[in-house]
Amino acid sequence: MKLDIRYPIGFLFLVVGAILTIFGAAGSDPSIYAAHSLGLNVNFWWGIVQIAFGALMVVLAKCGASKGDHEG
Amino acid sequence: MQSIIQLGKIDYLIVAIYFVFVLGIGWALRSTMKGSGDFLTSRRSIPGWVAGLAFLSANLGAQEVIGMAASGAKYGIMTSHFYWVGAIPAMVFLGVFMMPFYYGSKARSVPEYLKLRFDEKTRGFNALSFAVMTIFSSGISMYAMAKLMGILLHWSFESSIAISAAIVLVYIFLGGLTSAIYNEVLQFFMIVFGFAPLVFLGLKDVGGWSGLKEKLVGVSTSQGYAPGAWTQAWSHLGAPSQNPLGVEWFGMVMGLGFVLSFGYWCTDFLVVQRALAAKTMAAARRTPLIAAVPKMLFPFLVILPGMIAIALTYQASKGGTGGFMLPAKNGSYDYDLVIPYMLGHYFPTGMLGLGMTALMASFMSGMAGNVTAFNTVWTYDIYQSYLVKDRPDTHYLHVARWATVVGILLSIAAAYLANSFNNIMDVLQLVFAFVNAPLFATFLLGMFWKRATGHGAFWGLFIGTAAAAVHHGLTIPIGATSLVKGGWLGSVQHVYPSEMAQNFWTAIWAWTSCFVATIVISLATTSQKTDAQLRGLVWSLTPHSDKGETETPFWKRAAPLGAVVLLLTLILNIIFW
Repeated sequence: MKLDIRYPIGFLFLVVGAILTIFGAAGSDPSIYAAHSLGLNVNFWWGIVQIAFGALMVVLAKCGASKGDHEG
Repeated sequence: MQSIIQLGKIDYLIVAIYFVFVLGIGWALRSTMKGSGDFLTSRRSIPGWVAGLAFLSANLGAQEVIGMAASGAKYGIMTSHFYWVGAIPAMVFLGVFMMPFYYGSKARSVPEYLKLRFDEKTRGFNALSFAVMTIFSSGISMYAMAKLMGILLHWSFESSIAISAAIVLVYIFLGGLTSAIYNEVLQFFMIVFGFAPLVFLGLKDVGGWSGLKEKLVGVSTSQGYAPGAWTQAWSHLGAPSQNPLGVEWFGMVMGLGFVLSFGYWCTDFLVVQRALAAKTMAAARRTPLIAAVPKMLFPFLVILPGMIAIALTYQASKGGTGGFMLPAKNGSYDYDLVIPYMLGHYFPTGMLGLGMTALMASFMSGMAGNVTAFNTVWTYDIYQSYLVKDRPDTHYLHVARWATVVGILLSIAAAYLANSFNNIMDVLQLVFAFVNAPLFATFLLGMFWKRATGHGAFWGLFIGTAAAAVHHGLTIPIGATSLVKGGWLGSVQHVYPSEMAQNFWTAIWAWTSCFVATIVISLATTSQKTDAQLRGLVWSLTPHSDKGETETPFWKRAAPLGAVVLLLTLILNIIFW
């Protein structure tokens, strides 16, 4: 049984997204956003986007596996 | 000296997590590598979308990312011609017209196709030059990464080389081509997620596209061009003196759009190998077409940061605030530092880790793509064909694994060579350009003219390569100071307005010479192949049912997909005219 690449992609972005979201929400000094990213908490918001993308990849992989879908 | 980029703990954590996944993919695939086919060709098992994204990523080494951003700063939106005139039409041509023969021939590599279609000597010529070229490309990628990491993070040259070589070696050694392809897909998403916020923040900062346009007026006029020269792709191509590229539209469309791009995208085994790994003929034909969709949007991801960086630099040089200055180098700016400066400027710690990971990922996939192409050509086209024939397949699996190790060791040697003798690398890249320029003429005639013979192909390639060298030896770009730039035959027949123009015309000469010589020599010789042998290799001798799409629904077929891709590209060209 071959590895479905959507799993590693999904998990990677779930993990990295979670780290950035948590760091952006709790761990970071707000002044870094003023200094770099025009005041936008880019860690938090882009972390959320990555979590959403990671989750989508995992869901797609699960659907593909249950349907026996090997279509490209 | 303070480094341009300071990584915090969280940034290193993100880099580390990425590499755990990269190595994990290799580890997860290790038990599926049972024969040389699994290791070198993925046994035609990859879904179309995966092959498509890998096809795109294999070309997306860091030289591409760094180089296109640099060109965006130097030439503006005109850099998009490398995508919208260069890459896309060639990718569509590959998927619609050429893939049926590559995939249908069951060849395991591009040189092997040449053997089936023409003869042994044409294959040998292509296999040898390609093998040498991949080693040097991989070495140059490694060298560029080590240099950049030295400037950005103060890593030593030795440790950058050792780390990148070790990671690439492990994941290819374990999982072969499949591992390389999977990691290329991962890298594709990494680049998109790492760079998209950079473009978003940069554009927001300069006031959107209209704000950027306004700011770039000063950049254009201060260098003596029309106000829109940085933001209009076609309007200033009437004469070489009107645009920073120094080319006119005919040389650009023929040289870049036709000869160079078709030569690269349609004949380079590095990219074609990804499509050959696709699971069906229809998926293989879709591979370059799927790749074309993100490819046409990539200018926004890699060229725009360069345009934003030069606008900010210009603003700062005029005493404005809020921007940054690219460092100077040889009397102009060090454009290769566009991406690192943009990352350091707009990304706080956290996102910075993601951006740096994307950059490292692209360096490594540039290496990995070359190494997987090298070990296939070495094992099948050189070792199995000329050195040790007729052994059991497990023997060739071992050879392929060791070719990976040797390939990486040779790349390291090439990286050190590049570090000590920069000129040697310039000369080598020039020689490769000569060898590559005529290739597309050989494939075009081979696939669409059944009368083309082996002798015609071989000598056509030889003459085309020689024509490229002679043209380069007799011409120089304006202001050339070194013989590497041309004129080394002692007399200068023509002075080009720019190096780019000279490159394009060298390619046009090489292609035309090869095309004409192949036709003349083919007509004077007789073909060694019968029509039956050429079935599946030549257009007119291949029935439509062999092209693999009769069962495929209309919207998944190559021709309609290709038409849609071309239409979208045309619209982009018109928007940025």
